[in-house]
Amino acid sequence: MTAFANHTWIELRSSLRNRQLLFLTYAFPLAFYAMMGLIMTEINPLFTATMIPAMVIFAVMIATLMTLPDPLVTARDAGILRSYKIHGVPALNILSAPTVTTFLHLAVVTAIILATATPLFDAPAPTDWAWFGAVTLASVVAFAGLGVLIGVVSSSSRATLLWSQLIFLPSMLIGGLMMPFDFLPAGAQTVARLLPATHAMNAYNGLAYGAAVPFSASASLAILLIGGVLAFGLAILLFNWDRQNRTARLHPAFGLLAMLPYVASVVLL
Amino acid sequence: MNDTMIAVEKFRKTYGDFTAVDGVSFAVQRGEIFGLLGPNGAGKTSTLECLEGLRQPDGGRLSVAGVDPSREARKLRGKIGVQLQASGLPDSISPADAMKFFCAYHGIKPRHDLLDRLGLAEKRNTAYAELSTGQKRRLALALAVAHQPEVLFLDEPTAGLDVASRVELHSLMRELQAQGTTILLATHDMAEAEGLSDRVAILLHGQIAAAGTPLEITAAGAGLTKVSVRTERGSLEQANGSIPGVRQHALKEDYAVYFSADVGPTVSALIGYIESHGDALVDLRVERPSLEDRFLEITNGGHGRETGPSN
Repeated sequence: MTAFANHTWIELRSSLRNRQLLFLTYAFPLAFYAMMGLIMTEINPLFTATMIPAMVIFAVMIATLMTLPDPLVTARDAGILRSYKIHGVPALNILSAPTVTTFLHLAVVTAIILATATPLFDAPAPTDWAWFGAVTLASVVAFAGLGVLIGVVSSSSRATLLWSQLIFLPSMLIGGLMMPFDFLPAGAQTVARLLPATHAMNAYNGLAYGAAVPFSASASLAILLIGGVLAFGLAILLFNWDRQNRTARLHPAFGLLAMLPYVASVVLL
Repeated sequence: MNDTMIAVEKFRKTYGDFTAVDGVSFAVQRGEIFGLLGPNGAGKTSTLECLEGLRQPDGGRLSVAGVDPSREARKLRGKIGVQLQASGLPDSISPADAMKFFCAYHGIKPRHDLLDRLGLAEKRNTAYAELSTGQKRRLALALAVAHQPEVLFLDEPTAGLDVASRVELHSLMRELQAQGTTILLATHDMAEAEGLSDRVAILLHGQIAAAGTPLEITAAGAGLTKVSVRTERGSLEQANGSIPGVRQHALKEDYAVYFSADVGPTVSALIGYIESHGDALVDLRVERPSLEDRFLEITNGGHGRETGPSN
């Protein structure tokens, strides 16, 4: 077993013993999904059409933005990252192993939503499963990239919460999860294009459901992937093993560059 | 063949306006245990962390096992083992998993035998968060030596350990030394440094205040040896000032205590006085200044410990 595979396996086992992580990854999104299925489909029948992608994106956001950043800050403050460094554990592996385990957990949650949404709530299944898988993967990459970047640049657990909420709350309100992008006012649409959730919904609708979309679904997919890879790259570049180490290569503000693909989408799409 | 395993030349480390280490130079040879001593804030940890590649030096030259720690971090990892003073592991990881985890990164098979050796056999599958401080430090040491490093850095290795664990750790250090491992030991425990180190350096305000073997360092101090004498009839109690060349410092629990720069003549004079007064010697103790005494003398600006001679 390679060092990374062993690292990921230990990370996975640790995550299965972490009640808070299991609650945020499984219980909370699935409870929210059940509640939305019971209530929202009655209030807003249009919601049913996008219920599966919306709930998958919700689960992805919770599992990445709410669970990935804080353990990185805690590990840095507790000297765990120093232990990793002296034993030669690369920053890439430190950031990738939890991302892979998060992806595995999300695969289970996504499978539960896909298996139950149609029989329970009449939510339409994707018309193209391959694209559904591709968009889900791209969404995990995009949000996980932002999650680890937040963990790397944040100086405290409170800061991680602030940055995560800065992405999570607007995504819930105008990211296309609760209401379609077309229903938003022009100004809100511009802001919405800065959000990965908007591009994930656009890509799901255009590629996995074959629906008419307000802007290129392929471009949204590309933006998610580029945004995710860029965020990971910046996280590695800005990675700091030790809170007291002031010889970081770049200022944490450079993390904002991760928003470039989304800003470009406002200008170009 | 050059056997210098750690070379530090005119090393400087600053934090903003504060200079933590200012032009320090020393070298450690293969198979040597070198003690780095100093009060808090003297620059020990900064020196260690730059040698371990955890921080960048601001001046001078560092070399560890022929590797520049600030430029060849990856190469350095296989050559050094580090037990940090402040480090940790994830709460849920067990010692067995931690051993597997780090050994995989070093490209070796897990050394579970080290867990047994350091008294962690029964805690192999216990979560890290549930280990005691001493058990955590022993685990850190087991992980540091698992890949048989050429150079081992130990920062306060026995802090929080019980007596049995300290003895086992010292035995392991001597065993590693016998196998050719070079050990740089930073400690506050003077007895440990004196007993284990081949040579020591005392850091003070970012500079080396004294360096050499423990014997050389203690000999270079005020040089006063403590001589405690007890006699049958206590004839020395009244002898203060009347023995040529000998000045009594105190009477303590039936012992007359003297501090002497020249022990031989002092002891001869004392015995002569006892015999000439029809008394008999019951106990005689000669204690040369310890490294701790010398350390206090240096760090207190030459004043030594408070219990020393006042005149």
